[in-house]
Amino acid sequence: MTAQPITGRIQLPLLIVASVFLVGVMPLLNAYGLIEDFTLNLWGKYLCYGIMAISIDLLWGYTGLLCLGQALFFTLGGYMMGMHLMLMIGKLGQYKSNLPDFMVFLGHSKIPAFWQPFYSFPFALAMVFLVPALLAYVFGYLAFRSRIKGVYFSILTQALTYGAALLFFRNDLLMGGNNGFTDFRTLLGMDLRVASTQRILYICTALLMVSVVAGCKWLTHSRFGLIQRAIRDSENRVLFSGYATANFKLFIFVVSAMIAAFAGALYVPQVGIINPSEMTTEKSLEAVVWVALGGRGTLVGPVVGAISVNALKSWATRAYPDLWVLILGGSFVLVVMFMPKGIVGLPAQILTILSKISRKQQSIDSPPSISEPETIDP
Amino acid sequence: MSQKPFLLAAEGLSKSFDGFKAINDLNFYLDEGELRTVIGPNGAGKTTFLDLITGRTQPDEGSLMWDDGKHDLLRLNEYEIYRHGIGRKFQTPTVYNDHTVTENLILSLAGSRSIWHSLFGKITSTQRDRIAEILTTIKLAEHANRKAGALAHGQKQWLEIGMLLAQEARLLLVDEPAAGMTDEETYRTGELLLSLAGKHTIVVIEHDMTFVRQISQGRKVTVLHQGHVLCEGPVDRVQSDERVIEVYLGRKSKAA
Ligand SMILES: Nc1ncnc2c1ncn2[C@@H]1O[C@H](COP(=O)(O)OP(=O)(O)OP(=O)(O)O)[C@@H](O)[C@H]1O
Ligand SMILES: [Mg+2]
Repeated sequence: MTAQPITGRIQLPLLIVASVFLVGVMPLLNAYGLIEDFTLNLWGKYLCYGIMAISIDLLWGYTGLLCLGQALFFTLGGYMMGMHLMLMIGKLGQYKSNLPDFMVFLGHSKIPAFWQPFYSFPFALAMVFLVPALLAYVFGYLAFRSRIKGVYFSILTQALTYGAALLFFRNDLLMGGNNGFTDFRTLLGMDLRVASTQRILYICTALLMVSVVAGCKWLTHSRFGLIQRAIRDSENRVLFSGYATANFKLFIFVVSAMIAAFAGALYVPQVGIINPSEMTTEKSLEAVVWVALGGRGTLVGPVVGAISVNALKSWATRAYPDLWVLILGGSFVLVVMFMPKGIVGLPAQILTILSKISRKQQSIDSPPSISEPETIDP
Repeated sequence: MSQKPFLLAAEGLSKSFDGFKAINDLNFYLDEGELRTVIGPNGAGKTTFLDLITGRTQPDEGSLMWDDGKHDLLRLNEYEIYRHGIGRKFQTPTVYNDHTVTENLILSLAGSRSIWHSLFGKITSTQRDRIAEILTTIKLAEHANRKAGALAHGQKQWLEIGMLLAQEARLLLVDEPAAGMTDEETYRTGELLLSLAGKHTIVVIEHDMTFVRQISQGRKVTVLHQGHVLCEGPVDRVQSDERVIEVYLGRKSKAA
């Protein structure tokens, strides 16, 4: 309790400094050659993951819905952007055809009708939001109306993700099969393979992240946020306070899907490839681990978790290629056992421990606290 | 029409759990503005009855009509029933533990329950005053910014009653409000309920006979036994009823 105000007070300045650094300083350093292009690109990827992690925490940490399908929404957003990027390759592909290479390979001679509108960037951008939102709406509507909760909800989202991955692995979906999309050339006329374009994409990602954090701060501090957390802690009570909880859950589910999808759409041009292996449940689970490590029920925690786990991962996969899974698993177990509030909860945790120690030393005269009487339940 | 219309009318209600009849052919009529006390031994079905009214449980048989038969409660879900002005205090205090006392009241305030309103609706100064007023009524003004989970048991009970007040419910269903309270707190709870009588229709479930005497004051008391109404009447008559003594009060007075 005593630790809260101190950590609370430095939070906003810290956030602002971090935002300025991520959005402004990092790309500037990169422009002057002080940060390698590779590194900036890597950070762009981390930030995309961070945004997806926020979307998971909005559901899990704030609403109590453990969704194992966020990787699906992320990937769907990426695919929608990928379709536009594939068409922008034009005749520069291997087969020198207007068609994306994989279509030529499959023996097609015409661009399928559902691909046509993706020549337009605004249309593709709209689809980045609409397709995942629609899927989330339909799925969420069915799940929440039937009052599917807890672990059943998690399993269902996992099944949805699994089903979607199987679908995207098929060639006849005309979405590139297991190779997915790659070899992108341009976006809005800019060459994707030059550093300045990648820098712009990085800045967009950092800006998106800052706005997502700010937006979610506002959301979780509104009355909606109160209802969200009330649903997490005692959904029945919320129902008996007159709220149609299913609608509230549906709303946040759709919003989270769109956030994840936008991150996915920025991820694809930076990473240069998208395929169905990105939409597996393992990917969603990995992202859940980021949230747990960084600090569930906070907005900065998921980002911190996503960045640190992925940084750890890229270091460990190079330094200890055989051991990195153990390292990740081990640190997860440690955090869950000793740091229930995750990495961002650590300062407050340390301060609490320190104040407990000092209180023990100075006061023997204070009376022992009276414990609450047991609740009476038939 | 000479007869006063019923606010709530339950007829032929039955509900079994795995063959056990928790509610058995229950008939119950409530007038607007009444303060009704319901007593009955453990397992008599009192809480289950409230579950049926508030849509938490569906009955196997029977009807539940609201507001002079205008609405069939059995066709409505929990939040629709709530929106007809039926509020409930649970037997185990059920508040939002992670929210402050004030936030608990904010969530319970009468008004729109839409997502839009939850995002953009502002709390008006009238509502703020109302919250302050309720905080004083339930004696939690000094605890306004404490987390509800940190309150003592009795305070949680009061907070939950405060949430019913914020809701401006027409019918308050209050399940064992004095459980876990000291005599002093119990008395104050009784006074609070009495002060609300008339403004709201109230159903109070209670075991404590001193408390029942305090709040019923000659009003009708309903005795429930094995899911059925055993008898109804003023507390003195009920207490001297042979059947009641046998199933309920006899056992209680031995304990007291
Ligand atoms: N959901 C349920 N599933 C199975 N049995 C139930 C359920 N709810 C209630 N019962 C049973 O129905 C009977 C009536 O329970 P109820 O809680 O309504 O009694 P009560 O009159 O409120 O008792 P108390 O004074 O102890 O609160 C009990 O035997 C209880 O075990
Ligand atoms: Mg009960």
